[in-house]
Amino acid sequence: MARYVINRLGQAIMLLVIVSAIGFAILHLAPGGPLSQYAASAQMTQEDLDRVTKQLGLDRPLPIQYLDWFGRMVRGDWGRSYRDGEAVLSVIGSHLGATLELMATATIIAALLGCWIGILGALRRYSLFDSLATVGAMIALSIPTFWFGLVMIYVFSVKLGWLPAGNRETVGDGSLLDLLHHLIAPALVLALVETAMWGRFMRSSMLEVINQDYIRTARAKGMPEWRILTLHALRNALLPMITVAGLQFPTVLGGALVAETVFTWPGMGRLFLDSIGYRDYPVVMGILMFSATMVLIGSLLADILYAVVDPRIRVG
Amino acid sequence: MTTAALSTVQLAPGQAAWRRFRRHRLALAGAVIILVLVLGSALGPYLLPFDDTYIDILKRFAPPLSGAHILGTDELGRDVMARLMMGGRVSLSIGIVAMVIAMAVGIVVGAFAGFYGGVVGAVLMRLVDAVLCFPTIFLLLALAALTEPGLITTTVLIAATAWMGVARVVEAQVRSLREREFAVAALAFGSSNLRIMFRELVPNAIAPIVVAATLNVAKAILLESYVSYLGYGIQPPAASWGNMLNNAQIYLTSAPWLAIAPGVAITLAVTSFNFLGDGLRDALDPRMNIP
Repeated sequence: MARYVINRLGQAIMLLVIVSAIGFAILHLAPGGPLSQYAASAQMTQEDLDRVTKQLGLDRPLPIQYLDWFGRMVRGDWGRSYRDGEAVLSVIGSHLGATLELMATATIIAALLGCWIGILGALRRYSLFDSLATVGAMIALSIPTFWFGLVMIYVFSVKLGWLPAGNRETVGDGSLLDLLHHLIAPALVLALVETAMWGRFMRSSMLEVINQDYIRTARAKGMPEWRILTLHALRNALLPMITVAGLQFPTVLGGALVAETVFTWPGMGRLFLDSIGYRDYPVVMGILMFSATMVLIGSLLADILYAVVDPRIRVG
Repeated sequence: MTTAALSTVQLAPGQAAWRRFRRHRLALAGAVIILVLVLGSALGPYLLPFDDTYIDILKRFAPPLSGAHILGTDELGRDVMARLMMGGRVSLSIGIVAMVIAMAVGIVVGAFAGFYGGVVGAVLMRLVDAVLCFPTIFLLLALAALTEPGLITTTVLIAATAWMGVARVVEAQVRSLREREFAVAALAFGSSNLRIMFRELVPNAIAPIVVAATLNVAKAILLESYVSYLGYGIQPPAASWGNMLNNAQIYLTSAPWLAIAPGVAITLAVTSFNFLGDGLRDALDPRMNIP
């Protein structure tokens, strides 16, 4: 087990290095490079620009710059926002909570609903419910998230007036009930794609398990059907869902950006878009690297957790 | 053995695949809808009396079915139907061209990684893993923010964020096909590595490649809508299904039809390509041949 974890950890660190190199390349290969913001300013002469280039060490060879940049990143120095000079990591930190709240809520909804649909679909394969769920999942995966958000706002905010059309809280209120009221619509929008994915994976996982020999054995020895399903089938079918949660992480993070934009949710995704609008490259690059690192850690945790609960993985 | 069973045995692989595909009604429906959308976008604008960029301030926000404007007009009095058709040209073209570029990159990377294996394969596939760590929308927007937006940029950037899946599929296929007799025979004949890769191995992996390509079109159309909706894709006055929704949120209360038409078009197109890909997978997957 320890060997598996160390092995997997080594792979993750290697990936992180490649990920950071890609981020660094994007930053430097883009037209204008990291200084384009200053270069566009009328306040700066070519002389100033040359001096700043030297001050920031941008005249050094790229590999050296990369090592320097990577070293500072690892130590938590991610540069400062062009907008207000705040440290990039603290800007991200102040927006992360709202995003995680949205993602966690959506994931809980999607996991419960998706697993339920998937299990039922597998047990009643090719039934009307199963067909509808399969077609529904495909449509859910094809609807643009932001458009679904617009439809939700139109139906539940404009027409019915049940839900607020955006923001995380009513100014001056901010009670728990108010927060939950604001959370419903964006969380449901984000959960749509997730539910479809959970449902599809759960269905195929369940189908695979209920055709296994040990299920037949359990049935042959006269075990009641509900015990077979809960004790044997479900427990085994749920294991791969750990990997599914890890695999979905980038999709959910990307979906959060879209949901946050539509519902003016003050999270990391909205911050990212605002920063793009302001050409605030340090924050843009910071969030890009931060989200990739989150994905990397997410898949690492999913793999390790899976190995803990399923011994077959460690040996294989 | 009955005659029916005999006749299925005698079917050519292509015919058998076509039979399986025809059974997949949703995939057929998808193909028909795609055809309608493509023809509508290609020919429709010639049949309409309106130009998609013609601004008519006196006829702003005309609701659908009011007079000659079937789908109404937008905030500048432009005909929504005309914009939907011209937007369809842009969105569908981006979907298909981005797919072609992504497939080309993915096939080359996957073929080299799968054929050479070892260090080359490891480096290339770790690169694929690394790019997959970036959530697609974040990567796409960051790249779009650093470049001049436009038709070509948007297409290339979408392709740049969509080639990894194909590379994985092709790598796995080429790696297993490499050991087969026909590949070894080609090597014995003295064929060059490049020839073996792209004339022998890749054509034999065509089934999963076609499926991946179809699903890739769906993904590219969806990505175009995201990036244009957020304002970093196709720029007005040119229409795309994504940028038509750009302003729709502001007018959601007064003119909801502006949000409905493009959204339905995107969903229809993406769903159709997804069902088509699904049907092709069922039809082309040789494992389905086992009764």
